[in-house]
Amino acid sequence: MSLTIRDLQFLDWSAIALELGDCETICLRGESGSGKSLLLRAVADLIPNEGTLELDGQDREEIPPTQWRRNVAYLPAEILWWEDTVGAHFGEPPTESDLSRLRLSSDAMGWAPSRLSMGERQRLGIMRMLDRNPKVLLLDEPTANLDEAASEVVENLILGYIEKRSACAIWVTHSQSQAKRVGNRLFLMKGKSVHPCTEEVAWE
Amino acid sequence: MNAAIGLDYWDIAFSATIVAGLGILLAYYRLGVTRSLVVASVRLVIQLQVIGYVLKFLFAEGKLVYVAAMAFIMLLVASREIVARQKHRLKGWGSFGLGASTLFVSSFAVGLFGLLVVVKPDPWYLPQYAIPLLGMIMSNTMSAISLSMDRLTSALVDNRAIIEQRLALGQSAREATLPYLRDCIRTGIMPVVNSMATAGIVALPGMMTGQILAGASPTEAVKYQIIIWFFIAGGVGFGMATALKLLEMRLFDKRQRLRLDRFA
Repeated sequence: MSLTIRDLQFLDWSAIALELGDCETICLRGESGSGKSLLLRAVADLIPNEGTLELDGQDREEIPPTQWRRNVAYLPAEILWWEDTVGAHFGEPPTESDLSRLRLSSDAMGWAPSRLSMGERQRLGIMRMLDRNPKVLLLDEPTANLDEAASEVVENLILGYIEKRSACAIWVTHSQSQAKRVGNRLFLMKGKSVHPCTEEVAWE
Repeated sequence: MNAAIGLDYWDIAFSATIVAGLGILLAYYRLGVTRSLVVASVRLVIQLQVIGYVLKFLFAEGKLVYVAAMAFIMLLVASREIVARQKHRLKGWGSFGLGASTLFVSSFAVGLFGLLVVVKPDPWYLPQYAIPLLGMIMSNTMSAISLSMDRLTSALVDNRAIIEQRLALGQSAREATLPYLRDCIRTGIMPVVNSMATAGIVALPGMMTGQILAGASPTEAVKYQIIIWFFIAGGVGFGMATALKLLEMRLFDKRQRLRLDRFA
């Protein structure tokens, strides 16, 4: 899978260009409020934007918006639930082994969403996203509410998915060690624009 | 037919003492609605006096162009009322245009059907029939349109984050808004359904009461009331469906993105 972003413009931002190849993950760092989620939502075509977005060379205008978003999946920082049970949010509910791998109870699918802890919301949110078999993942701090050990499990799950499906990802993170573990390249978000940068500059 | 008992201005003045008493009571408890009550009462008296003379003129003249002008004014006032009841309004004239066009299509269509096919006065625009018929359909349709539009926009504004996450999972705009849409249609249509179901048992409908007071036979009056309710139900239902469809088209763009930025 490849994602090409050219001249992407939204609100009063400078045009953004990014290129993601097969199995590639780029990490994005930026101060809070720098607009990382705006960028991810623009790429998912959830907010008005202009410019070229291509998935495997196919322009987004040629792809219906619902299909685009199923392929280019946005994982928000805060996951919300609206159906009566967790399971009702899934097309194909995850198996027990999937659940236990993420240290989730095997009957979590029958739970009311209000029962979920922050960490459970986040892990189930990731499963809910992967359930749609996306080709590009736009991850807004996917491990923000998780402890060290759970973070690692989630990282491995996502990296494993990227590997298996030849997917690619834009991964917003604040953690230098996580960026090192999961990212192929690093970008910094500053002054309403995105710049490639080195580890030293990003975490100076 | 025996004509209704005429009322003179003293009768109205005596009736007004009831409202005056209520105003004093409300003022005593400092509920802050006395002023509104007084303004509303004065408006009621003036507006109805004026409309009485306007209708008298219309009935005497009986020209199509006057009936059309009256219908147009009713449409403008009702559309303005729809906009006034919206918590979130479309920028510019958006909400007014949406309300006016929907109200026009639904209530005029049903009204014309009633005049041309069912009641068939001669001429078909006979103001004694056309104006009250249109008025009853339009006022009910207006309430339903404004209520459902306001509810849908408010629901989408309040649940914008959920809608966006639904869209992010690949749901269509329709799928993401369906639960809210259902709720709106239900709240819009229920008052009419309830009124139809209890008509005559709990309260005698206003129009029927009027006809009976004017000396019409009750069995004739009920027939009119029945067709009026059918027309109202049609106007309300079709009007609301059109309004919500048009509103949905403004709430989402062609890439099915939620566009709350279109609201002021």
